[in-house]
Amino acid sequence: MKYLLIVPALLIATPALAQSTSPSDLIQRYSAEAGRAADAGRGKSFFLANHGSGKPDTPSCTTCHTKNPRSAGKARTGKTIDPLAPSANGARLTDLAKVEKWFRRNCDSVLGRSCTAGEKADVVAWLASQ
Amino acid sequence: MYRMLLAAATAGAIILTVPALADDDDDRGRRGDDHHTRVSAVTHAATKAECGACHIAYPAGFLPAASWRKMMGDLDNHFGESAALDEATRADIQAYLVSHAGRGSGAPQRISELRWFVDEHRDEVSRRELARAGSWANCGECHRGAERGYFDDD
Repeated sequence: MKYLLIVPALLIATPALAQSTSPSDLIQRYSAEAGRAADAGRGKSFFLANHGSGKPDTPSCTTCHTKNPRSAGKARTGKTIDPLAPSANGARLTDLAKVEKWFRRNCDSVLGRSCTAGEKADVVAWLASQ
Repeated sequence: MYRMLLAAATAGAIILTVPALADDDDDRGRRGDDHHTRVSAVTHAATKAECGACHIAYPAGFLPAASWRKMMGDLDNHFGESAALDEATRADIQAYLVSHAGRGSGAPQRISELRWFVDEHRDEVSRRELARAGSWANCGECHRGAERGYFDDD
């Protein structure tokens, strides 16, 4: 009888966790798609670079996320952005749909194009190493 | 007498500019006087989650339907950033915003440029306070109950 109660409880609790992926899963996924290994050093350079090829108000990832992924960032609206590094924010890089949504938006804003799978692999590898 | 006329004129101006927000008959729109401003907060989960990621999920009654349609049709260029969504979520949010929209003419985009907004904030917010908030979009910096639809003067 107890089990009958546990099953619905799990069904309710699972979506809230949204643990659909992990940093290592993402690195594996994007590396496989890119056909090469992730490179954290390259991810760091990419993250810190002033790209300037996208929208004028967001020339770099650091515009909103700061240069330190363990620190909180700030959106242009003034709202705080939780740290990107999983070591500082355990919820980060655990929800594939969310990761993809923000790569889509932010690569378009910062670069004026989509990020390649290789770039995503590199950035995730760097964030995960912080 | 002068004060009463001024108050009446101000109230009239607000009603004329934001008729939808002066609707007391249902729970939509704006209520009370200048010091106890209550609007209907967003209740739609997707709107709350998605619009609320970078700023508060602004009450749908703040803009007319044409504004929401225009905005939700151009999320790739959302005030200088991409706020792109998958089509199903985008359409769902647009449907909610349009069905709970305020009244008004045209399709204004920036709430902070609406007459009532400017009137409410002009003499209230110093440059320093605005700088601390980061932008006019950061309602919660001063209006602690903004997420729940309370925009009291704090």
